Amino acid sequence: MDRSDAFIQLQSAAVEVLHVDAGTVTEEARFKEDLDADSLALIEFVMALEEKFDISVPEEELDGVTTVGQALDLVMAKLAASA
Amino acid sequence: MRTPRPPIAITGMGVKTPIGLELDSFWAGLRSGRSAGAPIRSWDTSEHPVKFACEIPDFDIGAYLSPKESAHLDRVTQLGFAAAVDALASAGELGADPARIGVVAGTGVGGLLTLEGQIETYVGKGAMRVSPFLVPMMMSNATAAFISIYHGFTGPNFCVVTACAAGANALGEAARLIRDGDADVVIAGGAESSITAVGLAAFNRMTALSRRTDDPARASRPFDPGRDGFVMGEGAGFCVLESWERAEARGAHIYGGIAGYGRNTDAYHITHPSPGGEGAVRCMQLALEDAGMSPSDIGHVNAHGTSTPINDAAEAEAVLKVFGEPAPPITSVKGATGHLIGAAGAVEAIASILAIRAGEVFPTANHDETDPALGPIDVVHGAPRPLAAAPALSNSFGFGGHNASLVLIPA
Repeated sequence: MDRSDAFIQLQSAAVEVLHVDAGTVTEEARFKEDLDADSLALIEFVMALEEKFDISVPEEELDGVTTVGQALDLVMAKLAASA
Repeated sequence: MRTPRPPIAITGMGVKTPIGLELDSFWAGLRSGRSAGAPIRSWDTSEHPVKFACEIPDFDIGAYLSPKESAHLDRVTQLGFAAAVDALASAGELGADPARIGVVAGTGVGGLLTLEGQIETYVGKGAMRVSPFLVPMMMSNATAAFISIYHGFTGPNFCVVTACAAGANALGEAARLIRDGDADVVIAGGAESSITAVGLAAFNRMTALSRRTDDPARASRPFDPGRDGFVMGEGAGFCVLESWERAEARGAHIYGGIAGYGRNTDAYHITHPSPGGEGAVRCMQLALEDAGMSPSDIGHVNAHGTSTPINDAAEAEAVLKVFGEPAPPITSVKGATGHLIGAAGAVEAIASILAIRAGEVFPTANHDETDPALGPIDVVHGAPRPLAAAPALSNSFGFGGHNASLVLIPA
Protein backbone atom coordinates (compact mmCIF):
# COMPACT_ATOMS: atom_id res chain seq x y z
CA MET A 1 0.00 0.00 0.00
CA ASP A 2 1.46 3.37 -0.93
CA ARG A 3 1.35 6.39 1.30
CA SER A 4 -1.51 8.12 -0.49
CA ASP A 5 -3.73 5.03 -0.26
CA ALA A 6 -2.85 4.67 3.41
CA PHE A 7 -3.66 8.34 3.98
CA ILE A 8 -7.14 7.92 2.52
CA GLN A 9 -7.81 5.03 4.89
CA LEU A 10 -6.41 6.93 7.85
CA GLN A 11 -8.54 9.92 6.89
CA SER A 12 -11.71 7.83 6.86
CA ALA A 13 -10.81 6.41 10.27
CA ALA A 14 -10.41 9.95 11.61
CA VAL A 15 -13.76 11.03 10.19
CA GLU A 16 -15.43 8.02 11.75
CA VAL A 17 -13.77 7.97 15.17
CA LEU A 18 -12.93 11.62 15.78
CA HIS A 19 -16.11 13.03 14.19
CA VAL A 20 -14.26 15.57 12.08
CA ASP A 21 -14.69 16.68 8.46
CA ALA A 22 -12.42 14.91 6.00
CA GLY A 23 -11.06 18.27 4.84
CA THR A 24 -9.57 19.00 8.27
CA VAL A 25 -7.58 15.75 8.22
CA THR A 26 -4.32 16.82 6.56
CA GLU A 27 -0.82 15.52 7.27
CA GLU A 28 -0.09 18.78 9.10
CA ALA A 29 -3.18 18.61 11.31
CA ARG A 30 -2.43 18.31 15.04
CA PHE A 31 -4.65 15.87 16.91
CA LYS A 32 -5.16 17.99 20.00
CA GLU A 33 -5.29 21.51 18.61
CA ASP A 34 -6.78 20.96 15.16
CA LEU A 35 -8.89 17.81 15.51
CA ASP A 36 -10.02 18.26 19.13
CA ALA A 37 -8.83 14.76 20.01
CA ASP A 38 -7.80 14.24 23.63
CA SER A 39 -5.58 11.40 24.83
CA LEU A 40 -8.46 8.93 25.07
CA ALA A 41 -9.72 9.82 21.61
CA LEU A 42 -6.21 9.28 20.26
CA ILE A 43 -6.14 5.78 21.76
CA GLU A 44 -9.50 5.04 20.17
CA PHE A 45 -8.22 6.38 16.84
CA VAL A 46 -5.15 4.16 16.99
CA MET A 47 -7.40 1.17 17.74
CA ALA A 48 -9.28 1.99 14.53
CA LEU A 49 -5.98 2.14 12.62
CA GLU A 50 -4.93 -1.22 14.05
CA GLU A 51 -8.14 -2.79 12.74
CA LYS A 52 -8.03 -1.01 9.39
CA PHE A 53 -4.40 -1.85 8.61
CA ASP A 54 -4.17 -5.10 10.60
CA ILE A 55 -1.21 -3.79 12.58
CA SER A 56 -0.37 -3.57 16.27
CA VAL A 57 0.72 -0.29 17.86
CA PRO A 58 1.91 -0.54 21.49
CA GLU A 59 0.99 2.55 23.55
CA GLU A 60 4.63 3.54 24.10
CA GLU A 61 5.04 4.01 20.35
CA LEU A 62 2.43 6.77 20.48
CA ASP A 63 4.79 9.00 22.46
CA GLY A 64 5.64 12.00 20.34
CA VAL A 65 2.87 11.38 17.81
CA THR A 66 1.04 14.70 17.69
CA THR A 67 0.14 15.11 14.00
CA VAL A 68 -1.71 13.10 11.38
CA GLY A 69 1.50 12.89 9.33
CA GLN A 70 3.36 11.33 12.26
CA ALA A 71 0.57 8.77 12.69
CA LEU A 72 0.82 7.99 8.98
CA ASP A 73 4.60 7.53 9.34
CA LEU A 74 3.94 5.04 12.11
CA VAL A 75 1.42 3.13 9.98
CA MET A 76 3.79 3.02 6.99
CA ALA A 77 6.63 1.72 9.17
CA LYS A 78 4.38 -1.00 10.59
CA LEU A 79 3.19 -2.00 7.12
CA ALA A 80 6.78 -2.13 5.83
CA ALA A 81 7.85 -4.26 8.80
CA SER A 82 5.07 -6.76 8.23
CA ALA A 83 5.45 -6.90 4.45
CA MET B 1 -40.72 17.31 66.18
CA ARG B 2 -38.13 19.39 64.40
CA THR B 3 -38.71 23.02 63.60
CA PRO B 4 -39.82 23.18 59.96
CA ARG B 5 -37.43 24.95 57.64
CA PRO B 6 -38.30 26.99 54.56
CA PRO B 7 -39.33 25.00 51.50
CA ILE B 8 -37.13 24.95 48.41
CA ALA B 9 -38.57 26.23 45.13
CA ILE B 10 -38.69 24.17 41.95
CA THR B 11 -38.17 26.62 39.09
CA GLY B 12 -37.41 24.26 36.24
CA MET B 13 -38.48 20.75 35.24
CA GLY B 14 -37.65 18.41 32.36
CA VAL B 15 -38.56 14.79 31.61
CA LYS B 16 -37.68 12.06 29.14
CA THR B 17 -40.13 9.23 29.74
CA PRO B 18 -41.74 6.35 27.83
CA ILE B 19 -45.04 8.28 27.77
CA GLY B 20 -43.71 11.72 26.92
CA LEU B 21 -40.54 13.65 26.21
CA GLU B 22 -41.88 17.03 27.35
CA LEU B 23 -43.88 18.07 30.42
CA ASP B 24 -47.09 18.55 28.40
CA SER B 25 -47.02 15.15 26.70
CA PHE B 26 -45.92 13.46 29.94
CA TRP B 27 -48.86 14.95 31.80
CA ALA B 28 -51.28 14.11 28.99
CA GLY B 29 -49.97 10.55 29.05
CA LEU B 30 -50.48 10.27 32.80
CA ARG B 31 -54.03 11.63 32.54
CA SER B 32 -54.89 9.19 29.75
CA GLY B 33 -54.18 6.10 31.85
CA ARG B 34 -52.26 4.65 28.92
CA SER B 35 -49.29 2.37 29.58
CA ALA B 36 -46.10 2.38 27.52
CA GLY B 37 -45.51 -1.35 28.01
CA ALA B 38 -44.64 -2.89 24.63
CA PRO B 39 -42.41 -5.54 23.07
CA ILE B 40 -38.73 -4.54 23.22
CA ARG B 41 -37.67 -3.24 19.82
CA SER B 42 -34.06 -2.21 20.37
CA TRP B 43 -32.60 -5.72 20.60
CA ASP B 44 -33.52 -9.37 20.03
CA THR B 45 -35.40 -10.84 23.00
CA SER B 46 -35.96 -14.31 21.55
CA GLU B 47 -33.84 -15.96 24.26
CA HIS B 48 -35.70 -14.15 27.05
CA PRO B 49 -38.83 -15.23 28.90
CA VAL B 50 -39.71 -11.54 29.39
CA LYS B 51 -39.81 -9.73 26.04
CA PHE B 52 -41.26 -6.34 26.90
CA ALA B 53 -40.53 -3.11 28.72
CA CYS B 54 -41.28 0.61 28.59
CA GLU B 55 -38.70 1.96 26.14
CA ILE B 56 -38.33 5.44 24.65
CA PRO B 57 -38.05 4.60 20.95
CA ASP B 58 -38.19 8.18 19.68
CA PHE B 59 -35.55 9.84 21.84
CA ASP B 60 -32.99 11.70 19.71
CA ILE B 61 -29.97 13.25 21.41
CA GLY B 62 -29.23 15.01 18.11
CA ALA B 63 -31.60 17.79 19.17
CA TYR B 64 -29.26 18.51 22.10
CA LEU B 65 -25.72 17.58 21.11
CA SER B 66 -23.59 17.12 18.01
CA PRO B 67 -22.57 13.57 17.06
CA LYS B 68 -19.08 14.29 18.36
CA GLU B 69 -20.40 15.57 21.70
CA SER B 70 -22.71 12.60 22.24
CA ALA B 71 -20.44 9.85 20.88
CA HIS B 72 -18.89 9.09 24.23
CA LEU B 73 -22.00 9.36 26.38
CA ASP B 74 -23.94 6.26 27.37
CA ARG B 75 -27.68 6.44 26.68
CA VAL B 76 -28.34 6.98 30.40
CA THR B 77 -26.27 10.17 30.30
CA GLN B 78 -27.89 11.29 27.06
CA LEU B 79 -31.35 10.94 28.61
CA GLY B 80 -30.28 12.65 31.83
CA PHE B 81 -28.50 15.48 30.06
CA ALA B 82 -31.49 16.16 27.78
CA ALA B 83 -33.89 16.28 30.74
CA ALA B 84 -31.53 18.63 32.57
CA VAL B 85 -31.25 20.92 29.53
CA ASP B 86 -35.06 21.08 29.33
CA ALA B 87 -35.24 21.87 33.06
CA LEU B 88 -32.68 24.64 32.68
CA ALA B 89 -34.50 26.06 29.65
CA SER B 90 -37.74 26.23 31.62
CA ALA B 91 -35.98 27.92 34.54
CA GLY B 92 -34.91 30.94 32.51
CA GLU B 93 -31.86 33.06 33.21
CA LEU B 94 -30.44 31.84 36.53
CA GLY B 95 -28.19 34.83 37.15
CA ALA B 96 -26.02 32.71 39.44
CA ASP B 97 -22.27 32.42 39.89
CA PRO B 98 -21.33 29.08 38.22
CA ALA B 99 -19.34 28.22 41.36
CA ARG B 100 -22.65 28.38 43.28
CA ILE B 101 -24.52 26.03 40.90
CA GLY B 102 -24.52 22.36 41.84
CA VAL B 103 -25.64 19.12 40.21
CA VAL B 104 -26.97 16.02 41.96
CA ALA B 105 -27.85 13.09 39.71
CA GLY B 106 -29.23 9.72 40.74
CA THR B 107 -29.02 6.45 38.86
CA GLY B 108 -29.45 2.77 39.59
CA VAL B 109 -26.67 1.25 37.53
CA GLY B 110 -25.18 3.94 35.26
CA GLY B 111 -23.95 2.99 31.80
CA LEU B 112 -24.94 -0.66 31.65
CA LEU B 113 -25.43 -0.69 27.87
CA THR B 114 -21.84 0.44 27.33
CA LEU B 115 -20.49 -2.03 29.88
CA GLU B 116 -22.29 -4.96 28.28
CA GLY B 117 -21.12 -4.03 24.80
CA GLN B 118 -17.53 -3.73 25.97
CA ILE B 119 -17.63 -7.05 27.81
CA GLU B 120 -18.68 -8.61 24.50
CA THR B 121 -15.76 -6.86 22.82
CA TYR B 122 -13.37 -8.09 25.50
CA VAL B 123 -14.57 -11.68 25.22
CA GLY B 124 -14.62 -11.65 21.43
CA LYS B 125 -11.57 -9.57 20.58
CA GLY B 126 -9.40 -9.39 23.68
CA ALA B 127 -8.14 -6.91 26.24
CA MET B 128 -6.50 -4.53 23.77
CA ARG B 129 -9.78 -3.84 21.94
CA VAL B 130 -11.61 -2.55 25.03
CA SER B 131 -12.54 1.10 24.52
CA PRO B 132 -10.61 3.77 26.43
CA PHE B 133 -14.03 5.39 26.91
CA LEU B 134 -15.56 2.44 28.76
CA VAL B 135 -14.86 3.85 32.22
CA PRO B 136 -16.03 7.43 31.59
CA MET B 137 -19.15 6.14 29.82
CA MET B 138 -20.21 3.48 32.32
CA MET B 139 -19.41 5.19 35.61
CA SER B 140 -22.53 6.09 37.54
CA ASN B 141 -21.41 9.69 38.09
CA ALA B 142 -21.02 10.39 34.35
CA THR B 143 -24.36 12.21 34.08
CA ALA B 144 -23.61 14.56 36.97
CA ALA B 145 -20.14 15.16 35.55
CA PHE B 146 -21.24 15.84 31.97
CA ILE B 147 -23.99 18.29 32.97
CA SER B 148 -21.41 20.32 34.88
CA ILE B 149 -18.74 20.09 32.15
CA TYR B 150 -21.13 21.19 29.42
CA HIS B 151 -22.54 24.12 31.38
CA GLY B 152 -19.48 25.08 33.41
CA PHE B 153 -21.21 24.61 36.77
CA THR B 154 -18.41 24.20 39.32
CA GLY B 155 -20.42 23.96 42.56
CA PRO B 156 -21.16 20.82 44.60
CA ASN B 157 -21.57 17.86 42.28
CA PHE B 158 -22.24 14.22 43.02
CA CYS B 159 -24.16 11.11 42.10
CA VAL B 160 -26.58 9.23 44.33
CA VAL B 161 -26.77 5.47 43.81
CA THR B 162 -29.57 4.09 45.96
CA ALA B 163 -31.29 1.86 43.41
CA CYS B 164 -34.95 2.77 42.95
CA ALA B 165 -34.76 5.56 45.54
CA ALA B 166 -31.92 7.42 43.78
CA GLY B 167 -34.02 10.02 41.97
CA ALA B 168 -35.85 11.04 45.14
CA ASN B 169 -32.64 11.02 47.17
CA ALA B 170 -31.04 13.29 44.56
CA LEU B 171 -33.82 15.87 44.85
CA GLY B 172 -33.79 15.68 48.63
CA GLU B 173 -30.03 16.01 48.95
CA ALA B 174 -30.08 18.88 46.47
CA ALA B 175 -32.68 20.69 48.57
CA ARG B 176 -30.38 20.19 51.57
CA LEU B 177 -27.46 21.77 49.69
CA ILE B 178 -29.55 24.89 49.20
CA ARG B 179 -30.87 24.93 52.77
CA ASP B 180 -27.32 24.57 54.08
CA GLY B 181 -26.14 27.45 51.91
CA ASP B 182 -23.71 25.27 49.96
CA ALA B 183 -25.21 26.25 46.61
CA ASP B 184 -27.60 28.87 45.23
CA VAL B 185 -29.02 26.70 42.46
CA VAL B 186 -28.92 22.91 42.08
CA ILE B 187 -29.89 20.88 39.01
CA ALA B 188 -31.10 17.58 40.43
CA GLY B 189 -32.81 14.45 39.26
CA GLY B 190 -32.21 10.94 38.04
CA ALA B 191 -31.61 8.93 34.89
CA GLU B 192 -31.76 5.26 33.98
CA SER B 193 -31.33 3.15 30.87
CA SER B 194 -30.77 -0.44 31.86
CA ILE B 195 -33.18 -2.34 29.61
CA THR B 196 -30.32 -4.42 28.25
CA ALA B 197 -30.13 -8.15 27.59
CA VAL B 198 -28.29 -8.86 30.84
CA GLY B 199 -30.23 -6.23 32.81
CA LEU B 200 -33.56 -7.73 31.81
CA ALA B 201 -32.33 -11.27 32.44
CA ALA B 202 -31.03 -10.31 35.87
CA PHE B 203 -34.20 -8.61 37.08
CA ASN B 204 -36.21 -11.52 35.69
CA ARG B 205 -34.06 -14.04 37.59
CA MET B 206 -34.95 -12.21 40.79
CA THR B 207 -38.60 -12.94 39.87
CA ALA B 208 -39.12 -9.18 40.16
CA LEU B 209 -40.52 -8.67 36.65
CA SER B 210 -44.01 -9.12 35.27
CA ARG B 211 -44.18 -12.06 32.88
CA ARG B 212 -47.31 -10.88 31.11
CA THR B 213 -45.60 -11.16 27.73
CA ASP B 214 -48.90 -11.81 25.96
CA ASP B 215 -50.22 -8.38 27.01
CA PRO B 216 -47.35 -5.97 27.75
CA ALA B 217 -49.51 -2.85 27.78
CA ARG B 218 -51.48 -4.30 30.70
CA ALA B 219 -48.52 -5.72 32.63
CA SER B 220 -47.64 -2.87 34.99
CA ARG B 221 -50.68 -2.61 37.27
CA PRO B 222 -49.83 -1.26 40.72
CA PHE B 223 -52.08 -2.28 43.63
CA ASP B 224 -54.25 -4.42 41.32
CA PRO B 225 -54.89 -8.05 42.31
CA GLY B 226 -53.56 -9.17 38.91
CA ARG B 227 -50.12 -7.57 39.39
CA ASP B 228 -47.24 -10.00 38.97
CA GLY B 229 -44.09 -7.88 38.96
CA PHE B 230 -42.69 -4.63 37.68
CA VAL B 231 -42.01 -3.63 34.08
CA MET B 232 -38.60 -2.15 33.30
CA GLY B 233 -38.61 1.40 32.02
CA GLU B 234 -36.00 3.95 30.97
CA GLY B 235 -35.93 7.70 31.23
CA ALA B 236 -34.91 10.74 33.20
CA GLY B 237 -36.30 13.63 35.17
CA PHE B 238 -34.48 16.75 36.34
CA CYS B 239 -35.48 19.83 38.32
CA VAL B 240 -33.90 23.22 38.96
CA LEU B 241 -33.98 24.01 42.69
CA GLU B 242 -33.26 27.28 44.50
CA SER B 243 -34.42 29.11 47.59
CA TRP B 244 -37.91 30.57 47.45
CA GLU B 245 -36.52 34.06 48.11
CA ARG B 246 -34.02 33.78 45.30
CA ALA B 247 -36.64 32.49 42.87
CA GLU B 248 -39.01 35.34 43.68
CA ALA B 249 -36.25 37.94 43.56
CA ARG B 250 -35.29 36.99 40.02
CA GLY B 251 -38.92 36.76 38.94
CA ALA B 252 -38.71 33.06 38.17
CA HIS B 253 -41.74 30.95 37.44
CA ILE B 254 -42.16 28.66 40.47
CA TYR B 255 -43.69 25.27 39.61
CA GLY B 256 -43.94 24.17 43.23
CA GLY B 257 -41.60 23.24 46.01
CA ILE B 258 -39.97 20.62 48.17
CA ALA B 259 -41.11 21.16 51.76
CA GLY B 260 -40.00 17.90 53.33
CA TYR B 261 -37.51 15.12 52.79
CA GLY B 262 -37.17 11.89 54.73
CA ARG B 263 -34.64 9.17 54.14
CA ASN B 264 -33.70 6.09 56.09
CA THR B 265 -32.89 2.45 55.58
CA ASP B 266 -34.65 -0.79 56.46
CA ALA B 267 -31.45 -2.53 57.58
CA TYR B 268 -33.35 -5.74 56.99
CA HIS B 269 -32.79 -7.48 53.63
CA ILE B 270 -31.01 -6.64 50.40
CA THR B 271 -34.22 -6.80 48.33
CA HIS B 272 -37.25 -7.41 50.57
CA PRO B 273 -38.98 -4.54 52.39
CA SER B 274 -38.98 -4.72 56.18
CA PRO B 275 -41.98 -6.53 57.73
CA GLY B 276 -45.06 -4.36 57.95
CA GLY B 277 -43.38 -1.70 55.85
CA GLU B 278 -41.76 -0.35 59.02
CA GLY B 279 -38.89 1.38 57.22
CA ALA B 280 -41.31 3.05 54.84
CA VAL B 281 -43.54 4.15 57.73
CA ARG B 282 -40.67 5.89 59.46
CA CYS B 283 -39.44 7.43 56.20
CA MET B 284 -42.82 9.04 55.46
CA GLN B 285 -42.98 10.31 59.05
CA LEU B 286 -39.51 11.84 58.70
CA ALA B 287 -40.59 13.68 55.55
CA LEU B 288 -43.72 15.00 57.25
CA GLU B 289 -41.71 16.10 60.30
CA ASP B 290 -39.20 17.84 58.05
CA ALA B 291 -42.07 19.73 56.41
CA GLY B 292 -43.70 20.51 59.78
CA MET B 293 -46.88 18.84 58.56
CA SER B 294 -49.27 16.28 59.90
CA PRO B 295 -50.63 13.40 57.78
CA SER B 296 -53.93 15.23 57.32
CA ASP B 297 -52.14 17.99 55.39
CA ILE B 298 -51.37 15.61 52.53
CA GLY B 299 -53.70 15.70 49.52
CA HIS B 300 -52.40 12.66 47.66
CA VAL B 301 -49.71 10.02 47.92
CA ASN B 302 -47.60 9.34 44.84
CA ALA B 303 -46.71 5.76 45.70
CA HIS B 304 -43.56 3.91 44.84
CA GLY B 305 -46.17 1.40 43.60
CA THR B 306 -43.97 -0.87 41.53
CA SER B 307 -46.64 -3.48 40.72
CA THR B 308 -44.71 -6.24 42.47
CA PRO B 309 -46.87 -8.25 44.89
CA ILE B 310 -44.53 -7.63 47.82
CA ASN B 311 -43.74 -3.91 47.37
CA ASP B 312 -47.33 -2.85 46.90
CA ALA B 313 -48.46 -4.88 49.93
CA ALA B 314 -45.77 -3.41 52.20
CA GLU B 315 -46.37 0.12 50.93
CA ALA B 316 -50.14 -0.10 51.34
CA GLU B 317 -49.66 -1.29 54.91
CA ALA B 318 -47.19 1.51 55.58
CA VAL B 319 -49.46 4.20 54.12
CA LEU B 320 -52.38 3.02 56.26
CA LYS B 321 -50.16 3.07 59.35
CA VAL B 322 -48.98 6.63 58.69
CA PHE B 323 -52.30 8.13 57.58
CA GLY B 324 -54.93 5.99 59.29
CA GLU B 325 -58.38 5.77 57.70
CA PRO B 326 -59.37 7.23 55.44
CA ALA B 327 -55.91 7.54 53.90
CA PRO B 328 -55.51 10.16 51.16
CA PRO B 329 -55.89 9.00 47.56
CA ILE B 330 -52.91 7.07 46.21
CA THR B 331 -51.64 6.85 42.66
CA SER B 332 -48.63 5.33 40.92
CA VAL B 333 -46.81 6.59 37.83
CA LYS B 334 -45.41 3.13 37.15
CA GLY B 335 -48.57 1.74 35.58
CA ALA B 336 -47.91 4.21 32.75
CA THR B 337 -44.12 4.38 32.53
CA GLY B 338 -42.93 1.11 34.01
CA HIS B 339 -40.21 1.32 36.61
CA LEU B 340 -37.60 3.95 35.80
CA ILE B 341 -35.35 2.65 38.63
CA GLY B 342 -32.93 5.46 39.48
CA ALA B 343 -34.97 8.04 37.56
CA ALA B 344 -38.30 7.03 39.11
CA GLY B 345 -38.19 9.25 42.20
CA ALA B 346 -37.39 12.37 40.20
CA VAL B 347 -39.91 11.73 37.42
CA GLU B 348 -42.58 10.95 40.01
CA ALA B 349 -41.89 14.10 42.02
CA ILE B 350 -42.37 16.05 38.80
CA ALA B 351 -45.62 14.13 38.19
CA SER B 352 -46.90 15.17 41.61
CA ILE B 353 -46.01 18.82 40.99
CA LEU B 354 -47.92 18.64 37.69
CA ALA B 355 -50.85 17.03 39.50
CA ILE B 356 -50.93 19.73 42.16
CA ARG B 357 -50.80 22.41 39.49
CA ALA B 358 -53.60 20.80 37.46
CA GLY B 359 -55.81 20.31 40.51
CA GLU B 360 -56.27 16.63 39.80
CA VAL B 361 -54.60 13.34 40.57
CA PHE B 362 -53.71 11.19 37.56
CA PRO B 363 -55.05 7.62 37.49
CA THR B 364 -52.92 4.54 38.07
CA ALA B 365 -52.73 2.98 34.62
CA ASN B 366 -53.98 -0.62 34.32
CA HIS B 367 -55.49 -0.57 37.80
CA ASP B 368 -58.89 -2.21 37.29
CA GLU B 369 -59.68 -2.88 40.93
CA THR B 370 -57.85 -2.62 44.22
CA ASP B 371 -56.43 -5.82 45.64
CA PRO B 372 -58.69 -6.50 48.65
CA ALA B 373 -55.70 -7.94 50.51
CA LEU B 374 -54.18 -4.44 50.64
CA GLY B 375 -56.78 -3.00 53.01
CA PRO B 376 -58.81 0.20 52.61
CA ILE B 377 -56.43 2.16 50.38
CA ASP B 378 -58.00 4.56 47.88
CA VAL B 379 -56.23 4.04 44.56
CA VAL B 380 -57.06 6.63 41.89
CA HIS B 381 -57.87 4.74 38.70
CA GLY B 382 -59.93 4.93 35.54
CA ALA B 383 -59.86 8.71 35.20
CA PRO B 384 -58.14 11.72 36.76
CA ARG B 385 -59.67 12.75 40.08
CA PRO B 386 -60.17 16.46 40.86
CA LEU B 387 -58.39 17.50 44.02
CA ALA B 388 -57.86 20.92 45.55
CA ALA B 389 -54.22 22.06 45.53
CA ALA B 390 -52.55 20.46 48.54
CA PRO B 391 -49.16 19.00 49.43
CA ALA B 392 -48.31 15.55 48.06
CA LEU B 393 -46.11 12.84 49.50
CA SER B 394 -43.99 10.95 46.95
CA ASN B 395 -42.40 7.66 47.99
CA SER B 396 -39.36 5.87 46.58
CA PHE B 397 -37.99 2.61 47.99
CA GLY B 398 -34.88 0.93 46.65
CA PHE B 399 -33.29 -2.48 46.70
CA GLY B 400 -30.83 -2.37 49.55
CA GLY B 401 -33.56 -1.09 51.85
CA HIS B 402 -33.09 2.58 50.94
CA ASN B 403 -36.20 4.69 51.50
CA ALA B 404 -36.80 8.29 50.41
CA SER B 405 -39.97 10.36 50.72
CA LEU B 406 -40.53 13.91 49.51
CA VAL B 407 -43.27 16.34 50.52
CA LEU B 408 -44.09 18.46 47.48
CA ILE B 409 -46.11 21.65 47.75
CA PRO B 410 -47.96 24.08 45.46
CA ALA B 411 -46.25 27.28 44.37
